[in-house]
Amino acid sequence: MTKEDKLAIRMRHISKSFGKVQALQDVDFELKEGEIHALLGENGSGKTTLMNILSGIYYPDGGEIQIMDQDVAICSPKDAFGLGIGMIHQHFKLVDVLTVAENIVLGLPPSEETKRKRLNQTIRDIASRYGFDIKPESKIYELSVSEKQTVEIIKVLYRGANMLILDEPTAVLTPQETEKLFTILRAMKADNKAIIIITHKLNEVLAVSDRVTILRKGKKIDTIKTSDANRQILTEMMVGRKVDLAIDRPEAHDRKLMLQVNQVTAVSSDGRKLLDRVSFDAYGGEILGVAGISGSGQKELCEAIAGLCPVVGGSILFESEINGVRVAENLVGQTPEAIINKGISLAFVPEDRLGMGLVASHDMVDNVMLKNYRDNKGPFVDRKTAKKTAEQLIDALEIVTPGVKTPIRQLSGGNVQKVLLGREIISNPQMLMVAYPVRGLDINASFTIYHLLNEQKDKGVAVIFVGEDLDVLMDISDRLLVLCQGQVTGIVDPRKTTKEHIGLLMSGAEREEVGA
Amino acid sequence: MDNFVKFINAAVLAGTPVLLGTLGEILTEKSGNLNLGVEGMMFMGAISGLAGAWFAEQWFNWSGVPAALIALLISFVAGAFGALMYAFLTVTLRANQNVTGLTLAIFGTGFGNFFGELLGKRAGGFVTVTAHTKDAFANLNFGPLSKIPVIGRLFFSYNWLVYFAVIVAIALHLFLKHTRRGLNLRSVGESPATADAAGINVNLYKYLATIIGGGICGIGGMYMTMVTTGGIWVHNTIRGYGWLAVALVIFATWSPARALYCGLIFGGLMMLRLYLPIPGVPQQIYDMLPYVATILVLIGMSIRQSKEYAQPKSSGLNYFREER
Amino acid sequence: MSDYASCEIKRPLVRMVRRPTASLLHRAIVYFIALIGALLTGALLIFILGHNPLDVYVSMVQGTFGRAISFNETIKVAVPLLVTGMAVAMAFRMRFWNIGAEGQILIGGIASTAIVIYGQNIPQLPKLILMGLAAMLAAGLYAAIPALFKAKWDTNETLFTLMMNYIALQLILFLQYQKGWQKERTSFPIIRTFSPDARLPRVYGIHIGWIIALVLVILYFIYVKKTKHGYEVSVVGESVNTARYAGMNVGKVIIRTMFISGALAGLVGFIQTAGADGTLGEGTSGGMGYTAITVAWLSKMNSIAMVFVSFFIAMLDRGAKSIQTSHGIPASAAALLTGLILFFMLGSEFFINYKLVFRGRAYHG
Repeated sequence: MTKEDKLAIRMRHISKSFGKVQALQDVDFELKEGEIHALLGENGSGKTTLMNILSGIYYPDGGEIQIMDQDVAICSPKDAFGLGIGMIHQHFKLVDVLTVAENIVLGLPPSEETKRKRLNQTIRDIASRYGFDIKPESKIYELSVSEKQTVEIIKVLYRGANMLILDEPTAVLTPQETEKLFTILRAMKADNKAIIIITHKLNEVLAVSDRVTILRKGKKIDTIKTSDANRQILTEMMVGRKVDLAIDRPEAHDRKLMLQVNQVTAVSSDGRKLLDRVSFDAYGGEILGVAGISGSGQKELCEAIAGLCPVVGGSILFESEINGVRVAENLVGQTPEAIINKGISLAFVPEDRLGMGLVASHDMVDNVMLKNYRDNKGPFVDRKTAKKTAEQLIDALEIVTPGVKTPIRQLSGGNVQKVLLGREIISNPQMLMVAYPVRGLDINASFTIYHLLNEQKDKGVAVIFVGEDLDVLMDISDRLLVLCQGQVTGIVDPRKTTKEHIGLLMSGAEREEVGA
Repeated sequence: MDNFVKFINAAVLAGTPVLLGTLGEILTEKSGNLNLGVEGMMFMGAISGLAGAWFAEQWFNWSGVPAALIALLISFVAGAFGALMYAFLTVTLRANQNVTGLTLAIFGTGFGNFFGELLGKRAGGFVTVTAHTKDAFANLNFGPLSKIPVIGRLFFSYNWLVYFAVIVAIALHLFLKHTRRGLNLRSVGESPATADAAGINVNLYKYLATIIGGGICGIGGMYMTMVTTGGIWVHNTIRGYGWLAVALVIFATWSPARALYCGLIFGGLMMLRLYLPIPGVPQQIYDMLPYVATILVLIGMSIRQSKEYAQPKSSGLNYFREER
Repeated sequence: MSDYASCEIKRPLVRMVRRPTASLLHRAIVYFIALIGALLTGALLIFILGHNPLDVYVSMVQGTFGRAISFNETIKVAVPLLVTGMAVAMAFRMRFWNIGAEGQILIGGIASTAIVIYGQNIPQLPKLILMGLAAMLAAGLYAAIPALFKAKWDTNETLFTLMMNYIALQLILFLQYQKGWQKERTSFPIIRTFSPDARLPRVYGIHIGWIIALVLVILYFIYVKKTKHGYEVSVVGESVNTARYAGMNVGKVIIRTMFISGALAGLVGFIQTAGADGTLGEGTSGGMGYTAITVAWLSKMNSIAMVFVSFFIAMLDRGAKSIQTSHGIPASAAALLTGLILFFMLGSEFFINYKLVFRGRAYHG
């Protein structure tokens, strides 16, 4: 048996269900020492659940696990650490008010090793060995997203993990930061550590992994060598049928100026600039993509336009035709209520669907009337009309739900998004802003959404699409605006630029002169 | 000067039971449990401590220091028992923390008054401990130390529970700031999911912090019966001191060290009317001061939004690992 | 033995699985079992104290229903509890923890007493109406203070409203000594008794507070379920962000709802002073603000369920008073027993929301 073939982890016949949902069904999984293994699957395919079982967060209903040829039982995260398994979760598990060093030793028994001075030195050693840059004394709330990820990785390394699981680690990184992370992963691999990277991005699988295991709807499809794979093969295994990966981009026609954003600045409560002199135009009949690493001001940009985020400077002019006369209304300083009352039809699909766009515990009727419940006269709400609208939406968008009285929370992610987007579209908006509209959706549902957006564009609606997947943004947008730390670093034609260039704009390393 | 020393003495004596309740509640809240039942736990500690001392005298003929120690032990156990019910309901059975805490306040108040009356009947009229036991709660004499002018009376003239409370505060401060278990506890209160992922037994920490915290509250209640009312049971003896303790937690911004001097300020506010009477200002205005001060701190905190001086983030929320 | 088997042992004996929705019957059965559990625990206590539990419970029930007058007394306790329950439930629907009903009741009582003292010449009906309105206005404004800070700076309302209780209490203690307020020809700090024309009229032997309460039950139900205001409250309660997104003025909703919540509590102050007690005192609220929170919670903010829950707790209260005379058990037993029953009810909710899955058995839908 060669060194490469030695198994670090062997999971067999793993099953797990949550209530009525069978999250994993009879799944086998093997990880070799010193390999980078990609775990690929759509949202809801069970990949995170499988890894949570490995890291002791969940306990499987059935199946067995061997680590280094030993039968083991992983009953808690502590057990997982004991076996050398460390997981870096998608949502970082860090305590904001503690320091980097305190977070790293959290939960460990006190010893000489963990005395402050010695600990800080060890952290610096690990950091320099793999090329991290971090100060052990910083408080977590002072750090950027990628720095927090670094802390998470050092945390598991400090605990002597030789099997690392990273859950969607690149979702929050720029292409350059992603490349740096991959370099670090390769350095760890050279150190004979075994690494699992959970992802749904094919490019990453192909770029960094040695082998790839594909899950679909809680079942394992196959494990193959990455060198034998390509995008098409992986997609077919992931989705279960042939999929045309090309996203449609119909030619823009009848472009009409709809929105003029001039020098808009927004400031957070602690004085940080969230938006810094942002200027751009949006046209009816085109899709304007917005790219940037997470937290670069995308959320604030959308909310500023919708009147939800206070703006300290600049203007947002919304052009519309009232009785044949073109008027420009400044939206700055107006409340969402006032904007709605002025008849400005601005539709907004926010990033946080259940926390902002919809009311999770309410049924579809109550959610459909969220924005127009004031329209009828009198003190009572009109649920009859709302019910009709809800039924219309169910038919038109093929929403799968037990009925209009079912709480939205119980719907699947794709159907939730259809309810939200459907409600916004049915109001016949002149402008439609969507933030991360396909996050958490499977490929099928994603394509439905892309199709709906293109339909709106064709109708002459100005569409603003804030996204995180650069490939998608470059495929669907007519123009692409790049944000970095609240500033517009460029507005480019995605047909005439490269991903690397956009990456540099995202990190602020380059910047284009922003013309009108 | 003499008046000032007397004022400080009175403030310390009045502030100590509140301080104990506060220290217990700080420990509890650090685990992410907002237990509003301090009033109830103090009631439970108050009656149990008194009953413990009384029965120790009646049954074993122990009086003085042994009876005082029994009171300490039993009051701790009683407060801890109240907290255990709270912890079982909120941690294991996932009941709402606010509602459970308020129910504990109702239950504990009933518990105290019920057994207080019962004990009174049993003692034939009203309960009172022997003078010997009362002496065990009298102000201590540190010999030459107590005789130092001003300093002696400012620092060395109190009953042993005062020093006990100070030691508890310092111990809690050291525990939270400088020990690994304290770090673990703080992380449980801030982000239980993180603590859980780091291999910390979240539920164990929540249970222990809540129970020990409740025990400390119970001792605070015992102070009220053994020191404040001098070893007899008075109906409604806690009279809102438990809620004052909850207020002091906010006033001290969740720090046991700050609770020490904030407790003194509270005690001072409670005693102010006797030592700094302003003509025309009625007693009740003075009695409002601690609450008004707490509200001002609350408002100030919410405006400043400091990350360091805030309530533990998960406070009031229950944690379940497998929820999704 | 493999390590795996050892994990089977380490693995918890039971696990909890969330139950999607529990049927009404299931809920009723669980509550019933909890009640039995609480009564058995109470019985144990009674037994230890040397009484016959069955005897004691029988006289408790007799104390509630035995005679018309005892039944009336029970209603008299249930009415304020019910209205206070609706007051706090109104705020809870918005996830606003109004723990200040206690103080709001007192403020309501103060306002209606002020009308009695300073408006002696007003005829009965307008006086009563004025008293009620004054109570609602004063308490509503009092409750709007923490709401204002919540709306502006997100100041923690749980602790804020709690502190306000004690300020209201001190206010009453202050008024007890004031000229015109203090009872005449006494040095005791007691507020004077209301003149007969400032007392609520009786219907079927009970002051009309019970009719007010029942009307409010219906109004509350309509307001919450059918009106735009009610809809706004439910959206704000679920997510402030969603409410803002929908164009609601969140601050306005919070302040308005808290005003209503406080006004309802203030009305209780009026009902208590003009109805049950005929005077104002520190006992006017009598811990009702706290008990009502559990009433609202156990009723899931539903006003119709609150009718039953508050009646039940009132029964306990009356029953406990009657065993004081019949068995010499201190009346504080009421709070003890109420607390015990509420504990059991709160604990039992777990079995409504969760299913237990035992080790070794897989869970299938």
